[in-house]
Amino acid sequence: MNQDVPKGVSDEHPEERGTPIGRRVFLGTLALGAVGVVAAPPLQRGLEGFLGGAADKDPTGLTGLLPNGGGFRYYSVASSVPRKNAGTYRLTVDGLVDRPATYTLDDLRALPQTRMVRDVQCVTGWRVPDTPFEGVRLSRLLDAARVRPTAKAIRFTCFDGTYTESLTLDQARRADVLVALRMQDKDIGHSHGGPVRLYVAPMYFYKSAKWLSGITVTDEVRPGYWEERGYDVDAWVGRSNGRDDDPTS
Amino acid sequence: MTLRADTPPATARVRRFTPLQRWIHRTTAALMGVCVVTAACLYIPQLAELVGRRALVVTLHEWAGLALPVPVLAALASRVFRADLGRLNRFGPHDRTWLRAALHRDKRRSSRPAAKFNAGQKLYASWIAGATLVMLATGLMMWFTHLTPLLWRTSATFVHDWLALTIGIVLAGHIGMALADPESRRGMRTGKVTREWAKREHPLWRP
Repeated sequence: MNQDVPKGVSDEHPEERGTPIGRRVFLGTLALGAVGVVAAPPLQRGLEGFLGGAADKDPTGLTGLLPNGGGFRYYSVASSVPRKNAGTYRLTVDGLVDRPATYTLDDLRALPQTRMVRDVQCVTGWRVPDTPFEGVRLSRLLDAARVRPTAKAIRFTCFDGTYTESLTLDQARRADVLVALRMQDKDIGHSHGGPVRLYVAPMYFYKSAKWLSGITVTDEVRPGYWEERGYDVDAWVGRSNGRDDDPTS
Repeated sequence: MTLRADTPPATARVRRFTPLQRWIHRTTAALMGVCVVTAACLYIPQLAELVGRRALVVTLHEWAGLALPVPVLAALASRVFRADLGRLNRFGPHDRTWLRAALHRDKRRSSRPAAKFNAGQKLYASWIAGATLVMLATGLMMWFTHLTPLLWRTSATFVHDWLALTIGIVLAGHIGMALADPESRRGMRTGKVTREWAKREHPLWRP
């Protein structure tokens, strides 16, 4: 008998083996998780404020890896995405139009540019406040293409070869829908969907298709990539996908 | 015989884990590994950019997470496994001594008394079991979007993200400590440990 063993705590006699602290830790962790879910909204606001401030002063960029610490998150549904530049990028406008067109990056840059500053809101919860976007109003490209009277909707395709999006014609003609060339006052980089992406300000960010390469005018709405996987087609911020975020416009 | 002098006799090794327990550990570790790797591919921008295929990675992550508690739940049918759960649950005065020494970074053997599991292992086991179920619950809320009221989903995301980070750190500690102790790893791999190791690391354990 090892004399260090206090009487009654021998490991081999279950009925007299001390306090059930393990069970308390287990149940305590569960309870803390539940409290976390209930207390999340104020906690999240506080942390985002703190981390947003810390990220501005953080030269390592490590805060960007913390949950919601750095704003944008990279989402791609394709295995790899080709890179396009001013020499190789093309945007086609076709479908139910009288004047189909193909634009180069320089063509788009030569058109009047609109700058907007709105919040970016992802349907999964993250938000990047006051993000400037700049580009050509989609309505301008549609007007130039002369949309036929039978047209009802737009289908967007992307040069990642996989992603698609949709808007009704009325939504597409809104003044806050851009074919965006610049974000945060910089040319849009590859990882943010550059050189050209869609920007649908009043809707969740999955509507703002990255790596935009095709605008096809159709006679009905064809649901896009995530919409075939359960997301709402009309993705107004605060009024869809079971969410009530503050509207972004 | 010279052979016997070189290698310790078979009786010098004592049984620590049954084959069933080792399989539980292996399958749980594999599922947890899939969860961690897929989570990294969904979360870390550089990895997300490299891997892409978001729909596929999400599906892998969801099913691995759903399956994660299954091996342990199935093992509850085993009496030996339940007996070890009992050992992990119960804390005696010696565990208090061990924890106090750990807090003061006191590494002397005499101040780290432990039975089959030391107090650190007991805390880890209880916490990771609870944390796994919290991840499962919040994960299900994000997966089945119509299961819970609106606001809950953002809150579930918040808890899921921060707990994932915590689990990542704790899990790294778990793996780091295993890497630092080959005999302890051999115990999980072969089920047996040397008697000297058992005496040194777990002096109150009588196998």
